[in-house]
Amino acid sequence: MDSDTLLARITDYANRPDPYPLYAELREAGPAVRQADGSYLIGTYHEIVALLHDPRMSADPRSRTAPAPYEVTRKPPFLRLDDPEHHRLRNSAMRPFGPPHSPGRVDSMRGEIVQLTKELAEVFQEGRQIDVVDDFAYPLPVTVICRLLGIPDKDEQLFQDWTDTLVASADIGPEGDTAERDRAGGQAQEEMGRYLLQLAELRRGRPTGDMLSDLVNEPDPAVRLSEEDLAANTILLFIAGHETTVNLIANGVLTLLRRPDQLDRLREDPGLLPRAVEELLRYEPPVHMRERVPLVDIDVAGTTIPAGTSVILALASGSRDPMRFSEPDRFDPTRPDNQHVGFGSGIHLCFGAPLARIEAEAALGALIPHLGTAHLVQDPPPYRQNAMLRGPRHLPIQL
Amino acid sequence: MPGDLKDGRIVIVGASLAGLRAAEALREEGFTGSLTVVGDEPHPPYDRPPLSKQVLLGRAAADTTGLPMRQDPDADWRLGVRATGVDPLAKQVLLEDGESLPYDRLLIATGTRARPWPNPEEAALEGVFTLRTREDAGGLAQRLAAGPERVLVIGGGFTGSEIASACRERGLEVTVAERGPAPLVGALGGTLSKLAAVMQRNHGVDLRTGVTVTALRGNGSFTGAELSDGSRVDADVCVVALGAVRNVEWLAESGLAAGPRGIACDAGCRAFNMYGIVTDDVFVAGDVSRFPHPLFGYQMLSLEHWGNAVEQAEVAAHNMVNPGPLQRPHLAIPSFWSTQFGLNIKSVGVPTYSDHVVIAQGSLEARRLAMVYGYKGRVTAAVTVDMAKSLDYYRHLIETAAPFPPPPGAADRAIAADVPIPSDVPDPKGLSHGPTVALTGYLPDRRLTLVQPG
Repeated sequence: MDSDTLLARITDYANRPDPYPLYAELREAGPAVRQADGSYLIGTYHEIVALLHDPRMSADPRSRTAPAPYEVTRKPPFLRLDDPEHHRLRNSAMRPFGPPHSPGRVDSMRGEIVQLTKELAEVFQEGRQIDVVDDFAYPLPVTVICRLLGIPDKDEQLFQDWTDTLVASADIGPEGDTAERDRAGGQAQEEMGRYLLQLAELRRGRPTGDMLSDLVNEPDPAVRLSEEDLAANTILLFIAGHETTVNLIANGVLTLLRRPDQLDRLREDPGLLPRAVEELLRYEPPVHMRERVPLVDIDVAGTTIPAGTSVILALASGSRDPMRFSEPDRFDPTRPDNQHVGFGSGIHLCFGAPLARIEAEAALGALIPHLGTAHLVQDPPPYRQNAMLRGPRHLPIQL
Repeated sequence: MPGDLKDGRIVIVGASLAGLRAAEALREEGFTGSLTVVGDEPHPPYDRPPLSKQVLLGRAAADTTGLPMRQDPDADWRLGVRATGVDPLAKQVLLEDGESLPYDRLLIATGTRARPWPNPEEAALEGVFTLRTREDAGGLAQRLAAGPERVLVIGGGFTGSEIASACRERGLEVTVAERGPAPLVGALGGTLSKLAAVMQRNHGVDLRTGVTVTALRGNGSFTGAELSDGSRVDADVCVVALGAVRNVEWLAESGLAAGPRGIACDAGCRAFNMYGIVTDDVFVAGDVSRFPHPLFGYQMLSLEHWGNAVEQAEVAAHNMVNPGPLQRPHLAIPSFWSTQFGLNIKSVGVPTYSDHVVIAQGSLEARRLAMVYGYKGRVTAAVTVDMAKSLDYYRHLIETAAPFPPPPGAADRAIAADVPIPSDVPDPKGLSHGPTVALTGYLPDRRLTLVQPG
């Protein structure tokens, strides 16, 4: 088959359940594989890591010049900005979240998260059929991120709708007209931003211990966010703070049910859980691809990629590169030297990784004891549309 | 017989980071013989980087920096006893208590000690410190906690600057006296040292450059110092941070190539003897070694870096228990870090092996930047300030001997990115302390020319 249609085939919904053979084809054709639409696809570990660290690679979609740039009117959140602006905004957002200014924030939520997973796991009663996504994998991270940011539980549904619209508008893939999708995304962005700013306004001078309170009451004017940035960044934190974790948990349950030997092993030795989560991030990561744009012509293993070209880094392919990992298609929680790119690398390295790890450990820790006799009702399960943020839409299992 | 290498008697002299990591690695490599580790300090191996940071800030007690063991190396620990010599013919290490330890293979990892103040009477004044050991750090931390009026730090290298930073963080008045033109100039060159000077002054350090301390004053207790510019500093604590002395004196009669700059070894950590002949049973690792590095013109490098001690110890251990064809070279790219005045400074490569630099990302004004160093058109080092995530990119450029200046086009490129300026690495003779990477052959721009007739 033609390697210049790989991106089209990877994003084709029919291949959502198992894109890994296509990644193998990509690495074989690689490292830099030009696509029919002019973009480049990169699937080998070392090239991906090098490009993630390369300061000449822009994360900003507005850096695209070729082929035709799609319309980006709004200022992107820091995830898709470059330094120094990226650094300024990421730093401001990081202050109430992690070290050095808030070193204990994430860890102090561990007890609450474990409690939540226990409550959610109560539906896992023998003989029942449940949907791991709707009944567990989705409610957990949404509740956690709402509490972390300070969003009232009652408004969760509003956020779910906005999120679905926004995630759909951020998908990639050669499809037809995206105008309607973009318009809906813009509207959701605006409504969600307005809501969050109003909520933040209520906390101004009356902090309630959540991140929104901390952000709006930041005493140092040098790092305080403008309204525009506050809206964009809290939307990003909300979406990034749960969208991926849902997939990590659902992919984890799916993987373990397909590998009963590993499930048994983890049931017998829960101390392996943190390493099992790392292995999941390598083996079935929630984030499959990220886009970058070179600011100047750059050379990737002998191929010159022109400035302004869309470059898709297939992270999930990199983490299964046999040049880097031995037996990469084997799920092995005891794998040594597991330097996967599940959280990316370089300056955009996932901000929420410590929270995601805690949530995934707590979730799998709560579920594993219930999965002894469970089996998949549907294998493969129905997947979500998105090829970049890949995971099951539903995961029905019989207990 | 290769199998024999996994057995026999190995003695490691030096019970700090390199000694411990080598002992662990020997077992991981399958060494089953007897292993003895000799250390002149009474403590099990401990970590030194926290001594000038967390310990001085009072956040950690000096005796809590013990190094965790990856696995118990099942060694006979001879702590609190000094090795006084090596008999290479009889293959014995001589100890100060009169005992001698026979070995089949020997690893020397005796590291460095703080360079003392040259006048012993002045050095003995109460209130005068050096900072190398756990005891040094504990004593100094106690004095800082008691709230001295002023601390004088002699030497503006990494240790001196970290001490000054800790003093300011504790709200103490501090004076730094540096013989060179700016702090850190010996390790990082002229451009970054300007930033270091600004940071120190902005944080309230009384920074004196281009001066030497000519005398320490006091009557039993330190009261102040006289400087070469005729001025006087009144202070009740003095920290002498004049760099390190390599612990090689005990090898004077050993026939090994041991001198003030360390013990010369090959890329496989095998020690040279005084005739430049490589030994096959004496190995060297850590601060006390000097070894040739192909990326830096095969010059002998002498590093005082945490990472080098670990990596070199592992290579030495591997080579001690594997036959020649399976031996590995120690080719790690030198790297080190420091935190001071709220800045995170990280370095890869050898900044002193350079003739020019560019600020490739960020700026001095933003106090966030990546500076790239080049020598004769090739990237040889990079230093980041609060930009550590960019370091891997530059490490790759060094490893691949990429052309200097590095390719332009960084998103946050400095205006001056494409204009290399002289790296301004001073002659170490003009510094209060040595650079933490010493090229013990020659400096790039002070290359000797061999004139051959005809």
